Amino acid sequence: MAFLLVFLLVGELISSLGVVLPGNVIGMLLLTAALALRLVRVEQVSAASDLLLDNLAFFFVPPAVGVMLYFDLIARHWAAIATSIVVGVVAVLAAVGLSAQLLLRRGDRKASSTGGNKI
Amino acid sequence: MRLEALESIGALPLLWVTLSLLAYALSRRLYLRLRVAALHPVVLASAALIAVLRLTDTTYETYMQGGRLIEFFLGPSVVALAVPLYLNLQEMKSSAPSLLVVTAFGSAVGVVSAVVPALLMGAPEAVVLGLAPKSVTTPIAISVAEGIGGEPALTASFVVLTGVLGAIIGPLLLRLVGVRHPVAFGLAMGSAAHGIGTARALENGRLEGAAGGLGICLCGVMTALIAPLLTGLLL
Repeated sequence: MAFLLVFLLVGELISSLGVVLPGNVIGMLLLTAALALRLVRVEQVSAASDLLLDNLAFFFVPPAVGVMLYFDLIARHWAAIATSIVVGVVAVLAAVGLSAQLLLRRGDRKASSTGGNKI
Repeated sequence: MRLEALESIGALPLLWVTLSLLAYALSRRLYLRLRVAALHPVVLASAALIAVLRLTDTTYETYMQGGRLIEFFLGPSVVALAVPLYLNLQEMKSSAPSLLVVTAFGSAVGVVSAVVPALLMGAPEAVVLGLAPKSVTTPIAISVAEGIGGEPALTASFVVLTGVLGAIIGPLLLRLVGVRHPVAFGLAMGSAAHGIGTARALENGRLEGAAGGLGICLCGVMTALIAPLLTGLLL
């Protein structure tokens, strides 16, 4: 857990210097880089990472309870909210699914035509 | 309820942490038994807690004396995403450039497709900005919402609703538009519906699950980068 907190702290410090990314995202990118450069080994962080990610949903219960402050706002604008959520989900699913399939199939073909496809 | 007694010994935060954990643990058990996506543990647990707070005339602020202790772990959880990100990138090294392009595109579509309908239907700025980052995983979405001036609590509930909807309609919709590639399927589920969509993708196979995990991480980063730009342009 110490590694995760150190990277979070460094991320927050960098973010406070005026970088647009949130500190936690900067921390995640730095740790990914540290893992790729073998500065940190996966075994040193995997136990804490699994513990947090297995229980991730629990940690956002308190912010979700905060919706109680906005019942009136949501009741007034429920149609706009529902439309935005439905349109958003459909648009992202289709955009990512189709564009990923297009690019990945092209990549697969290229790999197999050169005989180097291991997947 | 004699809350004063607990308050006098400084145990109110403990009370709310305990109730939150109980509500979550029971909701999770129910969810695992029933397997109905709409009864996601976060939906059930927060509904139960809101009911308790209403019945005991407790304010959200009081609840958050304990809630903050739980919420704290969202920060290290985002950092913890580095582990699946690193492992999944290793596994899909050859397609990494394609995946980056696709998730950048998907994140832009996610912000625009959430903001434009809400704006057209006359939602106020607080709601629109709360909706903008709703496709990405909650801790990142909350940070992004704070950054662009949205309301984190609104975002948290929109994120959960988005995830539940994506997990329910995702597989059908992707089949309808002809997405068969397992990585494309998982990536779409993780990008549109974060952890809840990825859990559903994992039911189709390990590769789909790994691609979903990548979708969560990459779209989280991309959205954090582009949401401030896009909402600045659109609002």
